[in-house]
Amino acid sequence: MSSPAMVADERKTRDGDDYILEVSNLKKHFPISSGIVFQRQVGAVRAVDGISFNVIRGETLGLVGESGCGKSTTGRTILQLYRPTEGSVKFEGQELSTMAGNDLRQMRRRMQIIFQDPFASLNPRMTVGSIVSEPLQIHKMYANKQERQQYVEQLMERVGLNPYFINRYPHEFSGGQRQRIGIARALALQPSFIVADEPISALDVSIQAQVVNLMEELQDELGLTYLFIAHDLSMVRHICDRVAVMYLGKIVELGPVDEVYDNPQHPYTQALLSAVPVPDPVVEDNRQRIIISGDLPNPANPPTGCNFNTRCPVVFDLCYQEPDPPLIEVRPDHYVSCHRVV
Amino acid sequence: MSTLLEVNDLVVRFYTQEGTVYAVNGVSFDLEEGETLGIVGESGSGKSVSCLALMGLIPSPPGKVESGTVVFEGRDLLTLKPDQMRLIRGKEIAMIFQDPMTSLNPVLTIGTQITESLKLHEGMNTTQSRKRAADLLDLVGIPDAYRRLDDYPHQFSGGMRQRVMIAMGLSCNPKLLIADEPTTALDVTIQAQIIELVKQLKDEFNMAMIWITHDLGVVAGIADRIQVMYGGRIMESGSSHEVFRDSRHPYTVGLLGSLPRLDSSGEEKLTQIEGSPPDMRNEPEGCPFAPRCDVREQLQLEKCWDERPPLETVPDASGAEAHIMSCWADIREGVAENV
Ligand SMILES: Nc1ncnc2c1ncn2[C@@H]1O[C@H](COP(=O)(O)OP(=O)(O)OP(=O)(O)O)[C@@H](O)[C@H]1O
Ligand SMILES: Nc1ncnc2c1ncn2[C@@H]1O[C@H](COP(=O)(O)OP(=O)(O)O)[C@@H](O)[C@H]1O
Ligand code: SF4
Ligand code: SF4
Ligand SMILES: [Mg+2]
Ligand SMILES: [Mg+2]
Repeated sequence: MSSPAMVADERKTRDGDDYILEVSNLKKHFPISSGIVFQRQVGAVRAVDGISFNVIRGETLGLVGESGCGKSTTGRTILQLYRPTEGSVKFEGQELSTMAGNDLRQMRRRMQIIFQDPFASLNPRMTVGSIVSEPLQIHKMYANKQERQQYVEQLMERVGLNPYFINRYPHEFSGGQRQRIGIARALALQPSFIVADEPISALDVSIQAQVVNLMEELQDELGLTYLFIAHDLSMVRHICDRVAVMYLGKIVELGPVDEVYDNPQHPYTQALLSAVPVPDPVVEDNRQRIIISGDLPNPANPPTGCNFNTRCPVVFDLCYQEPDPPLIEVRPDHYVSCHRVV
Repeated sequence: MSTLLEVNDLVVRFYTQEGTVYAVNGVSFDLEEGETLGIVGESGSGKSVSCLALMGLIPSPPGKVESGTVVFEGRDLLTLKPDQMRLIRGKEIAMIFQDPMTSLNPVLTIGTQITESLKLHEGMNTTQSRKRAADLLDLVGIPDAYRRLDDYPHQFSGGMRQRVMIAMGLSCNPKLLIADEPTTALDVTIQAQIIELVKQLKDEFNMAMIWITHDLGVVAGIADRIQVMYGGRIMESGSSHEVFRDSRHPYTVGLLGSLPRLDSSGEEKLTQIEGSPPDMRNEPEGCPFAPRCDVREQLQLEKCWDERPPLETVPDASGAEAHIMSCWADIREGVAENV
């Protein structure tokens, strides 16, 4: 695969894969203001605080971590739904962080998002047909009404919704069906990249597998690339090729899923994985849990030194003295940010 | 060990404007002293309502306990007067919920809320009850416990609030603690802290416990017995080993098959259960799982549609009569009973 031309291209990995997305030193800080009349900034929530990673075309990259660690903000900042505070986001080689207006609108057709809550994310006063076709109208595709309806029916069928229900409203559907509506809408403009922000968290267990299987089929069929944001670590292992573990606005570990799950290097990843319960009493009885004490620190006031030093079971003096450890490659394609791991 | 609680043929309905909700449709189970029962099932399967019913906490209207008995230490709780029931709640049976914010009063300090029940049930005075409240907070791992008595709920994190709820639940040494999804709103590392805490306290206090969850993994490590619910009915119940490693009910088998595992690389496609959970506004006839059951389909079992399979005790792997099932088919034998 590695012809010289491909290696020379910055967007190719070592193995000649093609990067659809390149994120470098991305930051998103939300200002905290006080005062009623004269608002002045008194600090900032460092929701995303300097992260770098690439997404390979056709893969599913998992983004995991506890609530508030910055996963959704990362997804939204990549799509420019939030504008970055700092850093660069390149999609198919083009810089998005400085792009605006029509250029950005054109790029957005190729990048879509699926949200966690299929109840809140669909307009209750719109029919399924108009929800799915809205992006087509915005982007002036399928001007012919009949063709558009036909296309919407095809989409509905493809995601497992009966096109007969095209004129029904979201409340007439179950959670799983609503998530299918969200997927159909995301697919309408034929994107190449989809951010799925906890797409199954709100669904019943028996429905989660249906939606995940659908997402996998669509990926195979349409060559989609996913950024799969989740807190269900078992599902992430199943669906993802690689995984990035976030803690307090930073990526602490990144690598192929089996490598990270079987051989976690960062103390936080180790604790996180050991905390996930497994539905098997024999496995549970023989497991050694790493219980980390305390809560996630406030992202407006992160610790000095390593972000994890307030909870880390193997913390030592360097972790307070040195700035945050950089993400370094400890094994092929496996990156870790910890002073203990070099 | 002796039996602490016997629930028999409990039926609960809600009469709402959109029609009758058939929430719990004949639920029976026993609980031994000191035993931990895990109740698992998807949203709407009747887990919470069956436990609220045995605590006498079904809002009425619209809810009504239609029939059944709940015998706790020889008394049928469903026949008690509200003030008799109030003396049992909190003292003999305590309950903790998924969202501590809805059960903690936001305008009262944590100390006031814990001491209230100590004064009511244990007749303690202020000094005694504050001392005991601080000991309890300390026990559940709240640092600097005595000083934190004067803090309000919003001054605690989600995990700490759940610890406070546990401390309140334990305050009068109940014989039974019912925990309804106590860790569902928490992150996994915090969940792990709470699970460890509860395991340790359960032994210390020698209480029986009912742990309600939709996460099968959570109860695998803590429950002695697992009860799987679907559509307001018990599908299967048995030791944790039996239910997870030797499941015999088509629904349990399907559910476990649809779950990816943390400890194995997920190459194969997940086996999915088709369709969606039942609309509880339809009067249940037959087996609630019938519309989604592939065993019924393979075996062409017509009676699943209109005859309710009874809850029956069948021998477990060791030959003891301990596995309880509600299904017309025996999937291990691949046969249907008297078709
Ligand atoms: N106050 C109420 N009024 C009307 N219907 C109710 C009420 N409370 C519960 N129900 C209905 O009773 C059925 C069983 O509900 P229950 O709360 O026991 O489910 P659950 O198994 O605890 O689900 P979850 O996992 O979502 O907590 C559901 O169909 C629910 O909608
Ligand atoms: N619009 C916003 N304004 C201010 N703070 C925000 C906003 N969105 C998210 N945050 C904060 O940024 C941090 C990361 O949030 P988020 O990305 O939503 O986390 P996750 O998706 O990992 O749960 C949290 O502390 C959150 O409260
Ligand atoms: S750098 Fe130090 S505190 Fe941070 S994870 Fe590594 S050992 Fe723990
Ligand atoms: S009773 Fe029939 S429908 Fe119900 S689980 Fe058994 S085989 Fe399936
Ligand atoms: Mg989020
Ligand atoms: Mg419930």
